[in-house]
Amino acid sequence: MDVLQKLKKLEDLNNKVNELDDDTLIQKLKTEIEEYKQTSLTQLTAWDRVLLARHKERPHALEFIEYMTSDFLELKGDRLYKDDASIIGGIGNINGEIVTIIALQKGYDTDDNIKRNFAMPHPEGYRKAKRLMDQAEKFNRPIITLIDTPGAYPGLGAEERGQGEAIAQNLRAMSEYTVPIISVVIGEGGSGGALALGVANKILMLENAVYSILSPEGYASILWKDAKRAKEAAEVMKLTSFDLKELKIIDMIIQEPIGGAHFDKHRTLINTKEAILTTLSDLKVYSKNKLKTNRHQKYRNIGFFQRFNYDNLGGIKR
Amino acid sequence: MVTLKEVFNQRKQEKIKTKQRNAKKNYKNKTLDVPKGLYEQCPNCNSTVNMKEILQNHFKCKYCNEHFRVRAIDRLDMTLDKNTFVEKGLGFITLNPLFQDGYDEKIKQYQTKTNLDEAYVYGYGEIEGHPAVIGVMDSYFLMGSMGSVVGEKVAKSFEYAIYKKLPIIIFTASGGARMQEGIFSLMQMAKTSSLVAKHSNEGLLYISVLTHPTTGGVTASFASLGDITLAEPNALIGFAGPRVIKQTINQELPEGFQTSEFLRDKGFVDKVVDRQVLRHTLGRLLRFHRGHL
Repeated sequence: MDVLQKLKKLEDLNNKVNELDDDTLIQKLKTEIEEYKQTSLTQLTAWDRVLLARHKERPHALEFIEYMTSDFLELKGDRLYKDDASIIGGIGNINGEIVTIIALQKGYDTDDNIKRNFAMPHPEGYRKAKRLMDQAEKFNRPIITLIDTPGAYPGLGAEERGQGEAIAQNLRAMSEYTVPIISVVIGEGGSGGALALGVANKILMLENAVYSILSPEGYASILWKDAKRAKEAAEVMKLTSFDLKELKIIDMIIQEPIGGAHFDKHRTLINTKEAILTTLSDLKVYSKNKLKTNRHQKYRNIGFFQRFNYDNLGGIKR
Repeated sequence: MVTLKEVFNQRKQEKIKTKQRNAKKNYKNKTLDVPKGLYEQCPNCNSTVNMKEILQNHFKCKYCNEHFRVRAIDRLDMTLDKNTFVEKGLGFITLNPLFQDGYDEKIKQYQTKTNLDEAYVYGYGEIEGHPAVIGVMDSYFLMGSMGSVVGEKVAKSFEYAIYKKLPIIIFTASGGARMQEGIFSLMQMAKTSSLVAKHSNEGLLYISVLTHPTTGGVTASFASLGDITLAEPNALIGFAGPRVIKQTINQELPEGFQTSEFLRDKGFVDKVVDRQVLRHTLGRLLRFHRGHL
């Protein structure tokens, strides 16, 4: 039974409570529900977390921005081609701190999703992000990025306008900024499309968010030639927040309410804001140069290999 | 009594000797194990080409000028001045971070097949007398995909270039990030890009030469960040693979989509250079930037 079925069952139980009149029976059912929550919804598999990260009712970036900032001003356009609605960028005020926020936004319904392109950006989106981050650097504002995307959009126009180049320029630019950068993976973090906004001093991640090199479906179809084995793939890919914390890719896990972020959106938003604020105050201690070198060092050290050093012997002549 | 240090040194020496032996063997057998048989069919025009002619003709088809895929060692051979290459960054061992079934065996298999440690080779070399750091990706090694070791070696090559204050030339040929190493492969994109920036800040030249095929995570990181970007004719270059795009948009792709000429026309490649004159072009570029060495 995967997590969606469990949630369905929970909903049914809740509905039952509403129908009943007898107080003792209600009380009994309520304790039963609590027990069910504790036993079945705290032990989630990786695939469950993938499903939760993609859940329709999960809070999207705009909700986070609205809650966190008191006066958010959205800025649009990459000044080169057009505005990409899948990436939201702007300036806001978090508890007195002026920050630049860049966020990948999924849609709420079909129309909105078509407008937002299911949070799959085109190159112009990444170029807009870079433009706004360059400004943040100029005016010395911290940068906060919220990541929630299946990946960069693979299409004719995207290739024509240099999807690869746009992402590469972002990676390069983000490694060079001297302001604090915090990335929060709030839902799906898919491939280069997510990384293009994710080169940060600190990477935070919601408990049930996932971050991976590509979708489990893609992984299964490339390596095992069978997209239906996605569930199996999710288990081996180490894409959950706990796995990534263990591998030291991310720095902090933000707790979600039992059953996923959408169960108690307010709680999720409070936790996220708190985490961002503490991280921000931690990073403020460092000098500009230190922030840059720290970020550089963080990514320089990521890798899983062994080495036997021959270099000091002068190499081998071929 | 033998100290631990002595044992260690001895083992080091042994490893180097086998490496040297392998390298020599590799060099000698070059013309023997690339072409299997005497004739090869050109994938572009389907004509049968004599292998000898292919070798003399810079691994190109003599009828339609199709550029065949080239192994790293042949690429070094035809680009660099004779006897100038010194390989750096040896001794990396690829591990299996996700405990993927069969990945270790696959790596071993490719290692024996290609005589390489990993899909990327770099070192010091000279082109028409101009010194440079040269890095070559080998698409015969697991499609030249970028895992932890390839990412680390690319990073090391930039660091070596910074240390020696040399320009760097990288020939890319890769299917993208290596799926088997998961998130580690993805992070190599950020790692390599940040080192391009560091190298660039020193005022040094980086020439990126895109060869067939350059896609995925490599396109979206160091391959696209060259001061000067060259490409070989009719190479597949893009971010998403053609198959993925076809699936997404549900229609046939236009003729010549994602080739080097297409990218040049869209403004992402400086020049499409025939393999015959590539060495000379690189030599010229290095000469132009001689003051910045």
